[in-house]
Amino acid sequence: MHSLMDTLLVVVVLTNLWLLGSGRIGASINAAAAQGVVLGVLAVLIEEGRLGVPLVAFAVLSGVMKGVVFPWLLRRAQRVAGVNREIEPLVGYTVSVLAGVAALGIAMRLSARLPLPAPAPSALMVPVALFTLFSGLFLIVSRKKAITQVTGYLVMENGIYTLGMAIAREEPFLVQLGVLLDLFVGVFVMGIAIFHISREFDHIDTDQLSALKDTQS
Amino acid sequence: MSAALVIMPLAAGCAAFVARWRWLRQAILLAVTGAHAVLTACCWFTRREAAPGAWLALDAPGLLFLSITSLLALLAAVYSIGYLRRERESGHEDFEEGFVFANQPEAVFTGCLLVFLGTMSLVCVSRHFGVLWVAIEATTLASAPLIHFHRHHRSLEAAWKYLLICSVGIALALLGTYFLSVAVAGPDGAAPQLSVAVGAWAGKSAQGAWLRAAFICMLVGYGTKMGLAPMHTWLPDAHSEAPSLVSALLSGALLNCAFLALLRMSGVCGALGEGAFCGRLLAGFGLLSMGVAAVFIVAQRDFKRLLAYSSVEHMGILAFGAGIGLLAAGTGGAGGALLHAANHSTVKALLFLVAGNVIAAYKTKDIGSVRGMLRVQPASGVLWLAGIIAITGMPPFGVFVGKFMILKAAFDARLGWCAAVALGIMAVIFLCMTRAAAGMVFGDAPAGMARERELRATIVPPMALCALALVLGVCVPGALQQLIAAAVAALGGRP
Amino acid sequence: MKALPVIHFVLGLLLAPFLFGVINRTKAFFAGRRGQPLLQMYYDLWKLVRKGAVYSETTTWVFRAGPVVSLAAVVLALLFVPAGRLPAVAAFGGDILLVAYLLALARFATMSAALDTGSSFEGMGASREAQFSAMAEPALLISLAALGRHVHAWSLSGIINPLGPEAWRGAGPVLALAAGAMAIVFLVENARIPVDDPNTHLELTMIHEVMVLDHGGPDFAAIQYGAALKLWLLGSLLVGIAAPVHTGSAVIDGAAFLGGMCALGVCVGAVESSMARLRLTRVPHLIAGAAALALLAAIMALR
Repeated sequence: MHSLMDTLLVVVVLTNLWLLGSGRIGASINAAAAQGVVLGVLAVLIEEGRLGVPLVAFAVLSGVMKGVVFPWLLRRAQRVAGVNREIEPLVGYTVSVLAGVAALGIAMRLSARLPLPAPAPSALMVPVALFTLFSGLFLIVSRKKAITQVTGYLVMENGIYTLGMAIAREEPFLVQLGVLLDLFVGVFVMGIAIFHISREFDHIDTDQLSALKDTQS
Repeated sequence: MSAALVIMPLAAGCAAFVARWRWLRQAILLAVTGAHAVLTACCWFTRREAAPGAWLALDAPGLLFLSITSLLALLAAVYSIGYLRRERESGHEDFEEGFVFANQPEAVFTGCLLVFLGTMSLVCVSRHFGVLWVAIEATTLASAPLIHFHRHHRSLEAAWKYLLICSVGIALALLGTYFLSVAVAGPDGAAPQLSVAVGAWAGKSAQGAWLRAAFICMLVGYGTKMGLAPMHTWLPDAHSEAPSLVSALLSGALLNCAFLALLRMSGVCGALGEGAFCGRLLAGFGLLSMGVAAVFIVAQRDFKRLLAYSSVEHMGILAFGAGIGLLAAGTGGAGGALLHAANHSTVKALLFLVAGNVIAAYKTKDIGSVRGMLRVQPASGVLWLAGIIAITGMPPFGVFVGKFMILKAAFDARLGWCAAVALGIMAVIFLCMTRAAAGMVFGDAPAGMARERELRATIVPPMALCALALVLGVCVPGALQQLIAAAVAALGGRP
Repeated sequence: MKALPVIHFVLGLLLAPFLFGVINRTKAFFAGRRGQPLLQMYYDLWKLVRKGAVYSETTTWVFRAGPVVSLAAVVLALLFVPAGRLPAVAAFGGDILLVAYLLALARFATMSAALDTGSSFEGMGASREAQFSAMAEPALLISLAALGRHVHAWSLSGIINPLGPEAWRGAGPVLALAAGAMAIVFLVENARIPVDDPNTHLELTMIHEVMVLDHGGPDFAAIQYGAALKLWLLGSLLVGIAAPVHTGSAVIDGAAFLGGMCALGVCVGAVESSMARLRLTRVPHLIAGAAALALLAAIMALR
């Protein structure tokens, strides 16, 4: 069981690296979806001893949301916007991947020092969660297409979700459900916003959203 | 009761989405905001201690902020009737760049307004940090469509920035919530319920490092939503591009909701022995926000952005007051902050509503282009002048009282230099804002502008707010004083 | 049993060209052709050895030394490479570095010979080869180091011999990541698709082949044979990591290893039949991916 968990966590790491290294938006969406499904499986594995109906139901729900519903919403937005590739990211892909590996190293060091009250289910869990969080943030700040930024937001939320699984397992069921609902509505609203952006500007490059500033030129 | 406060607007919002007739939507909006206000008023008389394990319940700080929210929502609903009529009548030509745009369907606007009210009520009544997070994120999602009411590229940009910056920021607050549960977990790893009730935490212990990390995450997360510098970047854009009544709600009610979350977290940290740390951080961010706001106010030419930066300043003052309250209990900093929150909401909502009238008449947001409001829109002109005088902290308005209490608390806490810095910043802002307002209100009307007939629905709500600000300045009602004292106690401070 | 390492070394020398045959037959199968005989490369080598060589007047001894040095370096490196459970002829702590640098020396000799001709095509090929192998080398070394750290041994035999199926159960992630990185390095170093197309006829798109255009006769035979040995060498490392078999009987283990090598040949053929070559500008991206995998393996092993 332990080895399986580790393998799944490595898969999560690989999806992050894939996201950092890929410029194709469709592939990024798929990677984020795969990550969501893997995390759903992980949620079931962790609670091995005390599986209950709500827990499994939630894990399935979260897997379906992140693996099917969110990608569907994002792909629809992508179709509307008609973009396939992230062109000219602020940080190149190769550098992003290597930065990602460095971030993973930092996350490992960091989590080795954190005094956890109870040991995490797997020693890899906290570092992978932190790494996922970093990757998401990195995607948000280093990519220009609105869809990629939303994907980054999802990845970041995945990281926080993993961290929650690792260290805060007492979080009540309803709260988790609420978080998932917020995430869903968030992606939905962002999808609509992307639709409007692509219609208004004929592109979804957020770095060109710069009309609003304090000093009028 | 508290569940009804949340569910009623949410359900009504859904109904307004699908309601076909305008009169029906407006009836729903008015009836529900009215009923919400009445329910909130009832809560003043039936206050009792919340059950310890409850998820939704109203305590004193929640009631205070709920009352502000509810009042503003009602007035905004009244204002919206006039506002929407004006929007329908005027051509949809952008006055800055001259293109023609469409408006969001009114059904979406009304629906989102109601859902927004529901989610803000949820913030006020939630008793669990997880629920609180869910509610605050929900307010972001409900209000983002409102900012994009005028469907053009600037409002879209503002809405997108608001959506992304706040969502990412608030995600950090979720991280903070998890850290909190680690910090308070027992040796067996089991965490108690993350109640926001400070009393429930008295005598418990926590791991200091995790608790501080949790507070920092929440400060960044909810601070983003509250508009504390340097996380305030979404705020001026969103406030300047949103319809005026939405700006009023954002500034008067939404920012307060995030402040409430921060207050609750700092209260819990105080009970767990990290009060001084949180107090220093809050006061520091407060001063920084005031300073940043002053810098941008000095050279501001857009009066809605001016108001937005003024909000940043006042959020800074609130954080400063709350920080002083944590650093030196019993000096009245916390009470001052709560009173100031109420006053600021009242006056800032008044100003934003009047700003909507100014834009409707002058078709510009440029301070230099607005002249002679007293001749064109006498009522709005007077209200604008009163609002500006009030917001800069002049007596006899309530903002003065709140600011005075906070500064006095800072002096009592031997943080005189902080108070002096704050006072200096306030003086600069006072000069800039009154100069701008004087230029707008007095003087001759621009050529070709005659006196306008002002719609009653767009004048009565700001008038009511002005009266309220005046009352709060002359004498704070006993019930409010009691409520604030109870709120300070509930947040772990000494009144 | 003492003779065993020597046997599989000799087997390696003998069978390396056969691996090319396997790859070519697989590609032919996917293309619906019958393809070359499995032993075609032996015929080619025999034909080349019997020919004479022509040397351009502009070249120097560097050009003549190139093929010899590179073949010698690869043969030397093969001495240190174990075949699955069977130890190598020679082994000492740190021979990972020696093997890596012997391969680098072979490459250096080939590239010098290419530059010595003064032809622009060959210079271009040498520069590409230098760029890609300079990036692939860290990936190779880091993934070997990760494995070394995992089993606490620093010779190739010490790293690969103890691996068995149980190692995959215990430290699957490390092994999988290292094997992934090695697989990419394998394709890069041996100039296979998706990095380089061994069948291309356009000099502009070549990497490895363009460097050796001017060699002929026995020199070219040495180069071809050296390439086959290198394929065998890196292939046996990859098979040793990815498909470790441990039965206790040296014969069965050896047979399994040979089977693994054939399977590797089939895999390479399948990859070449199903993928297109990457654009040259995208190749560094792929190699960086390999380096990232290797680093990841190292991080996992360091934990």
